[in-house]
Amino acid sequence: MQTLEPLIKAHPFFERLEPAQLELIVGCVRNERHEEGKMLFREGEDANWFYVIRDGQLSLEVHVPGRGPVVFQTLREGDVLGTSWLFPPYRWQLSARVVRSTRLLAFDGKCLRGKCDEDHHLGYELVRRTAQILIKRLDAARLQLLDLYGVRA
Amino acid sequence: MASAPDINPTKAAGAGQNPAAAAPATSAVDPMLPIPYRIQRMRTETQETFTMHLEPVNGAPVMTFAPGQFNMLYVFGVGEVPISISGDPAKHNTLQHTTRTVGTVTRAMGDLKRGAVLGVRGPFGTSWPIGEASGRDVVVVAGGLGLAPLRPALCRLLAEREKYRRLVLLYGARSPEEVLFSAELERWGGKSGFDVCVTVDRATPSWTGHVGVVTTFISRAPFDASTALALVCGPEVMMRFALMELNHRGVSSDRTYLSMERNMKCAVGFCGHCQFGPAFICRDGPIFRFDRVEALFTTPEV
Amino acid sequence: MNHDPIESVGPPNPQFVLAPAAIWDLCKALVDRGYKVVGPTVRDGAIVYDELRSLDDLPVGWTDVQTGGSYRLKRRTDQSLFGYAVGPHSWKKFLHPPVQLLWQARKQKDGFQVVPEQQNATKYAFLGVRSCELHAIAIQDKVFLEGRYVDPIYRSHREGAFIVAVNCAEAGGTCFCVSMHTGPKASFGYDLALTEVIGEGEHYFVAEVGSERGAEVLAAVPHQDAASNARSAADAVVEQTARHMGRIMDTGGIKELLYRNYQHPRWDDVASRCLSCANCTMVCPTCFCTTVEDVTDLTGDHAERWRKWDSCFTMDFSYIVGGSVRASTKARYRQWMTHKLATWIDQFGTSGCVGCGRCITWCPVAIDITEEVGAIRESEAQHSASAPVSEGGERRANP
Repeated sequence: MQTLEPLIKAHPFFERLEPAQLELIVGCVRNERHEEGKMLFREGEDANWFYVIRDGQLSLEVHVPGRGPVVFQTLREGDVLGTSWLFPPYRWQLSARVVRSTRLLAFDGKCLRGKCDEDHHLGYELVRRTAQILIKRLDAARLQLLDLYGVRA
Repeated sequence: MASAPDINPTKAAGAGQNPAAAAPATSAVDPMLPIPYRIQRMRTETQETFTMHLEPVNGAPVMTFAPGQFNMLYVFGVGEVPISISGDPAKHNTLQHTTRTVGTVTRAMGDLKRGAVLGVRGPFGTSWPIGEASGRDVVVVAGGLGLAPLRPALCRLLAEREKYRRLVLLYGARSPEEVLFSAELERWGGKSGFDVCVTVDRATPSWTGHVGVVTTFISRAPFDASTALALVCGPEVMMRFALMELNHRGVSSDRTYLSMERNMKCAVGFCGHCQFGPAFICRDGPIFRFDRVEALFTTPEV
Repeated sequence: MNHDPIESVGPPNPQFVLAPAAIWDLCKALVDRGYKVVGPTVRDGAIVYDELRSLDDLPVGWTDVQTGGSYRLKRRTDQSLFGYAVGPHSWKKFLHPPVQLLWQARKQKDGFQVVPEQQNATKYAFLGVRSCELHAIAIQDKVFLEGRYVDPIYRSHREGAFIVAVNCAEAGGTCFCVSMHTGPKASFGYDLALTEVIGEGEHYFVAEVGSERGAEVLAAVPHQDAASNARSAADAVVEQTARHMGRIMDTGGIKELLYRNYQHPRWDDVASRCLSCANCTMVCPTCFCTTVEDVTDLTGDHAERWRKWDSCFTMDFSYIVGGSVRASTKARYRQWMTHKLATWIDQFGTSGCVGCGRCITWCPVAIDITEEVGAIRESEAQHSASAPVSEGGERRANP
């Protein structure tokens, strides 16, 4: 959509893409709006979309039997949500809940997967950028794992 | 490997000033003698954390201190531990400490009631360099109980709000139940106060705040990295990552300050326990300018 | 580089000659002036420091044979009074007592009352203080008297102490005071300094006066002016000792050397040998670390705080919530050696080591601080020469 192109271009995740690549991506985007409380996706569902959060807040949670849902990350304006669309089995590993009503740029991952198969340069760019996000999330997760604020025996 | 750590113990200047000794409570004649202070109030902060409000037993004035300093607190017949002062330095009618029950002494301390008497020696150590922050943005990064030694600095910054530009507080706790000073966090985050971001490591959906490690908020916090002063306090690993993120963002090591912790028996530079390279944490710290300890900070077991 | 205290420039100290019997007269003169005379005596197969009650208490005719991990007494063929080097004791056992009550506290209705321990300052006279020990005392003076806080206990023992130094006639098997610029000649910090000249049918002491107090005491002891041949004999004794050092330490740039090498593999090597027994810290004349023990009696109404010698080699020395910062022996050995030779310089302006060799002698596995420094230094040199690093460094022999 034309009105969304500047938003996409301005976002760090898409910076320095070639115009042709950008056009492909723009062709796969749509605007979405979700109210507080909505489950954007659930664990186990097919992962065919990824999102850039324009505003609002979402939480990533995992359902732990006996404990209920445990939130271990919140995402907000500017964050990229969703990496499972790019890697088999293309299934969400966690659930996303809207904590504050949100506007999202939603990218058709299924469509982009196909385009990446055809255009490996585009594929490389998207995998590279996604990997950077995953590394940051991994570092953060490790810090959380250390449970630094907890009382050690 | 980096060159010699540039800790200049004879000056301690710039590493947080040694505050002008305004009537130090601890006798210079015999610094190992505790002064009796009575508990005015005990307050439970979280399941394992509590705050004590103290006043001298004999009606003498409460000690004055600089933000970041600590006292040695003695429980009769049990032992003595170093605990940062967590109170507002402008409040002269009480001496406040916030700590967690982690060992014999703090457990005994946590069982004390109003009216019980503790032994106090101090104040010791260097302080947060509030004076250096004039005209700058100040970004405060706190993890867990690390918020307590920073609290006096937060109070001082707010009391002199007009001297500073943007104030940012990034605070990470384990879970919503373990967020310290939650009522104050809201007050500090008022319109002309701090830009406050509280995050927890994990939560249930009833928590509508942030979830995730506090270090991830550094890259996008609203401050000018080229001139800002950073104050960091928390578990050493958390500080390491926070300092990396701050550096990455452009806050140079000579504008970053941290509070360190080591075993202490005397707090006056005699027992030798608190050494970190050439620095005595009790005397050259606990507040350090990061560039002065950077070389040793990432060396394990120093 | 070690601290060379500024001597007043002026004419050399007055020197006199004493007969060996006069040494006991000296002790008596000190006792008469209210001093408790402590000095060397033989006990349990070693020469230790304790109160002297008669001339027989001195280690007359004894010497020591020291090397890495070994200390033995040996009979001399003469009747020398000070013909040995240093033993396991140092003067810190008097100035910085190993066990010390700091205060007592009594529970009261309204809290508790703290009663500080009165420092009844024993007036010590130390007999037989070696030059390295004079430097060690000066080093501990810096720690306890010249910082922001003063240790009242150390001060009370130190202030009145009368010091009779002895210039070494025997270099110890592990000595390296020459490397550390701390001897063998006593150059400051004494009231009297004695050099024992013995041999060829003669036996006398050349005494040098170092203070008015020393002059006053010496006046009460039989003595004669020292003729030039006595003075040269005394000088020769010291020169001879300087030529027979048991060890050498190259201290050039040592602070930077150790600061550069926190991750050197040699630390793992020494850690595989070190038992973390803490002997070295107990015998070292400058080690000063202590711990504090708060105790109470069974009723819980009476509490005491005690201060005791501690060692950075103990497992819980660096304990904070969650564990010890220096959990490994490697880290603890590195802490001790780096403190002694490097960070001490940044803290107090001098090296912490006086080259007395005690840590080498009393280490059960003969770890040698001079060898460890040499190994790190040599491997660095070899790295820069692009040669493979050889195992350890060769201990350099006497010149």
